[in-house]
Amino acid sequence: MAFNIYDFTSFTEWIDQGLRSVMSPAWAVITELAIIGIVFLVFYALIGLILVYAERKICAFIQCRIGPNRVGPYGIFQTIADFIKLLMKELIHINKADKLLFNLAPFIVIIASFMALSAIPFAKGLHPVNLNIGIFFILAVSSMGVVGILLAGWSSNNKYSLIGAMRSGAQIVSYELSVGLSILTACVLIGSLQLSVIVESQADGWLIFKGHIPAVIAFVIYLIAATAETNRGPFDLAEAESELTAGFHTEYSGIKFAFFFLAEYMNMFLVAAIAATIFWGGWMPFHIGNWEGFNRVMDFIPPIIWFFGKTVVIILIMMWFKWTFPRLRIDQLLTLEWKYLLPINLINILLMALIVLLGWHF
Amino acid sequence: MTNESLILFFIVAVVLVGAALIFSSLAPPSSTNPQKSETYECGIPTKGTTWLQFNVGYYLFAILFLVFDVETVFIFPWAVVMKELGMVAFIEIVIFFFILILGLMYAWKKKALIWE
Repeated sequence: MAFNIYDFTSFTEWIDQGLRSVMSPAWAVITELAIIGIVFLVFYALIGLILVYAERKICAFIQCRIGPNRVGPYGIFQTIADFIKLLMKELIHINKADKLLFNLAPFIVIIASFMALSAIPFAKGLHPVNLNIGIFFILAVSSMGVVGILLAGWSSNNKYSLIGAMRSGAQIVSYELSVGLSILTACVLIGSLQLSVIVESQADGWLIFKGHIPAVIAFVIYLIAATAETNRGPFDLAEAESELTAGFHTEYSGIKFAFFFLAEYMNMFLVAAIAATIFWGGWMPFHIGNWEGFNRVMDFIPPIIWFFGKTVVIILIMMWFKWTFPRLRIDQLLTLEWKYLLPINLINILLMALIVLLGWHF
Repeated sequence: MTNESLILFFIVAVVLVGAALIFSSLAPPSSTNPQKSETYECGIPTKGTTWLQFNVGYYLFAILFLVFDVETVFIFPWAVVMKELGMVAFIEIVIFFFILILGLMYAWKKKALIWE
């Protein structure tokens, strides 16, 4: 038994050896894949349930309410009860809807968020797929989600859904640029797209500290653009309840609606995890120069706790956004992106390149 | 894990949605009702079809996005090798960005960045 909370490499190898000793190599691989699949399925569902509960509770506290408090202590089983309720609801078929596309939309939304999860480094040795173009892969896959939203809005044959989907299309398409460019700013400094390399290069300091002002600007732009990309917070035009009933998922009921909801929260987790990985050092502990004692204490905290701690902090900031700022109008939204974020971002990349060239970074 | 195992994540996601949809279409009690499968638009009977020609206010944004997204794809390899190539790469990207920003300024001047 070689379980070590600081490095999961030996643990996964131990499982691999164990399986190979009791069955043929082919079956061992199949069993491993099954284990990984089940673990990620449970993880995915668990994150969704926890985030929905957290959102409701935090929203309640910000609005001076108590929030869910009936099901279980402090209402912690509320979302599980909701999930079971949604699972047991009838799926309503809309007469005028395009049946195939209507049913295809939840698949695309879930696949996009689930596949992007596969490239996130959770801890040392706990990195499902270590692609050499990791961050590019995540950007590419997670932006497929908008296709699902557009399909949902179009196929519902509902005017509000269509308006919601079109707004969502314009919004995600615009903010995609800022997400990509602000991540590229970080990549200029690190010189790699592989997520494990990105994390390891931050061992002597997180990128947001290493990269001076451009890194801070890139982080702020990333946070704004990522909030817009997940259709959340002040940018939730696609499902503006007060104007469009529920936007693109008006016609969806029961478990299909639950999938859109789940995908939204998973996307929030994903963008927070990417921000934590790229700008805040992923599972790297917080180190200050040559304060030996302090660094030793920080090393004592397991990497997986560092990763989830950083992710949770960013998720909390995004939830805080949502319940603080009023919703933007669509023209304000596009003005913000095309006239402010994009030019700032382009200049920012040049600034970062200059800093890298002149060696002004730490 | 190898890169091929990405397909595993695809399969698991499809199974997750598919199994839940099948369960949900069999298990819950269902009743038919002509009004249930009507389009829901605030309770008033809906007028006409949604699939008609309408003004997509953002087609110019979509075109601009296409330009800038392709540009982002070009910057990705540049960002990776920027450190090694040094000053040459920097000057080249400055020229590249100059042309792009010129394009953005033109679109701005032509009032393409205004919704409707």
